[in-house]
Amino acid sequence: MTTTTIFGFCAAVLVGLGLYGLIVNPQPLRKLLAFNLMGNGVFLICAVIARRGAAAGMGGDPVPQALLITAIVVAFAASALAVALMLRLSEETGACSLSSTRGEGD
Amino acid sequence: MSIATHISLALLLLGLAFWTIVVRDTFSAVAGFIPYGLLLTSAWLALAAIDVALTEAAIGAGLTGALLIAAASRLHKTEIAARAEQRGTITRILAAILATTMTAAIMACILRLPDRAPTLAPTVARHLAQTGVGNPITAVLLSFRAMDTLLEAIVLLVGLIAIWSLAPDRAWGGRPGQAQTEDPKGPLAYLARVLPPIGIVIAIYIFWVGADHPGGKFQGATILAAMWLLVMMSGLSDAPAIDRGWLRFLLIVGPAAFIAVGFLGVVVAGAFLSYPTGFAKLLIVLIEAALLPSLAVTLALLLAGPPRRPGRRA
Repeated sequence: MTTTTIFGFCAAVLVGLGLYGLIVNPQPLRKLLAFNLMGNGVFLICAVIARRGAAAGMGGDPVPQALLITAIVVAFAASALAVALMLRLSEETGACSLSSTRGEGD
Repeated sequence: MSIATHISLALLLLGLAFWTIVVRDTFSAVAGFIPYGLLLTSAWLALAAIDVALTEAAIGAGLTGALLIAAASRLHKTEIAARAEQRGTITRILAAILATTMTAAIMACILRLPDRAPTLAPTVARHLAQTGVGNPITAVLLSFRAMDTLLEAIVLLVGLIAIWSLAPDRAWGGRPGQAQTEDPKGPLAYLARVLPPIGIVIAIYIFWVGADHPGGKFQGATILAAMWLLVMMSGLSDAPAIDRGWLRFLLIVGPAAFIAVGFLGVVVAGAFLSYPTGFAKLLIVLIEAALLPSLAVTLALLLAGPPRRPGRRA
């Protein structure tokens, strides 16, 4: 078993865990957390692919690594927007829920 | 690091990830997310992605952790109602089957990755000298794939506009967050006096060294943002009202300089964002220096959220 296979498998499980949490957890914040796990899994696969492309004295292919930096920053911006939406929803309705039967007037 | 260390690292990482999904209390889940982010940083190191590790530690674990902790504590009162919406057993089983299938499919793909992995590393190495920078990641971010980085800076700005647009009408143009009532002699205020000078030096060092070694504007900007947030949280200085001219200027100076250099490329070198021979390093440093304050302010304000109280005292 090589390092890339270990972290490749780790990434696969992260995506699975994230997908499960995204479906099962009802709270939007928990869904965001799960979605971040899924994203991390995808990033980790990208890093594994970069590591496998190590050549020319570099520890990994710098192109996917640079894209990963971009991805992490954009993921943070998206999470911040999601959190702002949740907080606004809870300010307006007193609840934070995706259910259509709850959240209005209670 | 040996294989055994890597396996333990991966298992710990998955253990924490599992915890954040299954634990009942949202605050505990978020609390697990922060050490998880730090372990993920070690995973990037194990995969020889040092620049990514720095970004993950600063943004993935640091800023995202702070964002989620703040959200979890403010949403705490909605927890009990939300828990009542727990999904039924059948949904859980179906979700577990779906997630397991997904994991198995990805694992199969990982095992079937081609043995002679495709790579752009030799191409980057061949053209690195033309850019004048020594860090291949910086060369990719600001020369070979500069368009991606420009669009990223603009995405951050659009994200901030989207967050600001969630402000209620009465608070538009005001200050984000709650007014802080921290004790001006308390430990947080003490830290906010002692840490920023050191933090600013480290941030500028990481930014400057990024041309030739791991580091760069994103990591430096995050540290600057963290220092500013610390000062704001300690109550030593209030968050700025979002209609301030200097604030708007700092937000757009980075992307604007980037676009200006891009059009300069059209005139001088014949293509958008291409640098004239011999001036690549100068222009890269110029763009990075303009992006640093923009990114720092944008990241801090993304975390601070929409304006919630009037900016000027009535």
